[in-house]
Amino acid sequence: MNEQEQFEPVIIGFTCNWCSYRAADLAGTARVKYPPNIRLIRLMCSGRLDPTFVLKALAGGADGVLITGCHPGECHYIEQNYKALRRYLLLQRTLKQFGIEPERVKLVWASAAEGVKLAEAITAMVEEIRALGPLNWRNDEGRTTKDGHPSSFVHRPSSEQAEVAA
Amino acid sequence: MTQNGKPKFAMYWAAACGGCEIAVLNIHEKILDVDANFDVVFWPVAMDAKYKDVQAMDDGSILLTLFNGGIRNSENEEMAHLMRRKSKILVAFGSCACEGCIPGLANLTSPQEIFDTVYNTVSTDNPQGVRPQPTWAAPEGALHIPEFHPVLRTLDQIVPVDYYMPGCPPESHQIAAVIDLVVKVLHGEATLPPPGSVIGAGGSTVCDDCPRKRNVKAITRFVRIQDVEADPALCLLEQGIPCNGPATRSGCGALCPQAGAQCIGCYGPAEGVIDYGARLITAFASVVDAKEPEEIDRILDGLPDPTGQFYRFNLAKSLLRAAKPAWTAKG
Repeated sequence: MNEQEQFEPVIIGFTCNWCSYRAADLAGTARVKYPPNIRLIRLMCSGRLDPTFVLKALAGGADGVLITGCHPGECHYIEQNYKALRRYLLLQRTLKQFGIEPERVKLVWASAAEGVKLAEAITAMVEEIRALGPLNWRNDEGRTTKDGHPSSFVHRPSSEQAEVAA
Repeated sequence: MTQNGKPKFAMYWAAACGGCEIAVLNIHEKILDVDANFDVVFWPVAMDAKYKDVQAMDDGSILLTLFNGGIRNSENEEMAHLMRRKSKILVAFGSCACEGCIPGLANLTSPQEIFDTVYNTVSTDNPQGVRPQPTWAAPEGALHIPEFHPVLRTLDQIVPVDYYMPGCPPESHQIAAVIDLVVKVLHGEATLPPPGSVIGAGGSTVCDDCPRKRNVKAITRFVRIQDVEADPALCLLEQGIPCNGPATRSGCGALCPQAGAQCIGCYGPAEGVIDYGARLITAFASVVDAKEPEEIDRILDGLPDPTGQFYRFNLAKSLLRAAKPAWTAKG
């Protein structure tokens, strides 16, 4: 097994309670498969997504972040997904200056009926990030943090564990 | 306590500009209170003392050390450890020690690029291309200079810190208030705030102290302050001038907005803010008045350097702390 095969990206996915979370649910009940590399976190709305969440995920060991929400004009809270869009675009400009590839943070609209679309987007993103390689954001390796614990909060499974999970 | 019975006071600068020292002297006659109540044992800017004098002191024998400056090289790091060991109360004093400040912006680039800029640009008179060497074999023996770290760190990324005093520099009236407090504590008239507190600052945002009139914000363009004639009474952000007030801790008295300039965020993140830049991204993006990606991008083009805008003082203390070229550099 070469190094490329061993690398299993960790992707944090933020979903909206009213659309993309249900899309993921639909993908599940319809037995549409998508890779287990994504950890979904449910928010009430993509407008709840604080860019802090994305930065914390990346700094803590994630290789990518997928933000999902309702299609423009279909937000349960009228127009908060537009705020998500604007924050995403501004965050992308900022991340570029940190040397983080734009492919690592994505915004995808998915309605509650689009389980297949969401599964396809996840699959595509996992492959894209696998090709990019690990982000490995350094958190002062070799230096202990204040509480003496490593700062990474993302559990990174070996590829073997990932296969079992699949 | 020394022979004269007074507790010891020290002030040290690491990677800093010296503005913090000036700010301390700007407390005017209050400086006499420092002298009346403390024995100043170490303060390289103000008096002659050697590192070995500090090394010879008992651990924990200095009551109060104000440490300003970030940790840029091995000398800074060594002094951070030394001052921590010798001090009962170690205060990260000023923006550099608290959050990296302007020197922290170097974390966006690699040491190689920093040295290229410093030693090899057209404005530098360095025909032989001399670069600093950590070790140099002189006829008298090997000479050493401190080693440059690829990433600038804040004081609390090196050693535990008791209190944080933000500001670039901390406002003199805030320094005076902190000195008053410490003197009262010495006389048993007050107690110290809980360890880890931010002292000499407010608990709110600069906007709360800003007298400018605020309405509903709907930004259709960002402009640079020098390119417009700003309304002197209206919120600057509302006028499209990128003002960092919404995410910045109060304490300065909103001096810049009252003088017609935008807040640039030197008092650091407001209470409860985890990542200063992320809070500003949220604040700015929320008030951009556009829904189409192309239109949003056109408006955001008005912010030519988002990272510089959002992390001018806070980069070294942000969640990402440094850009890839700095993290991947050796060392």
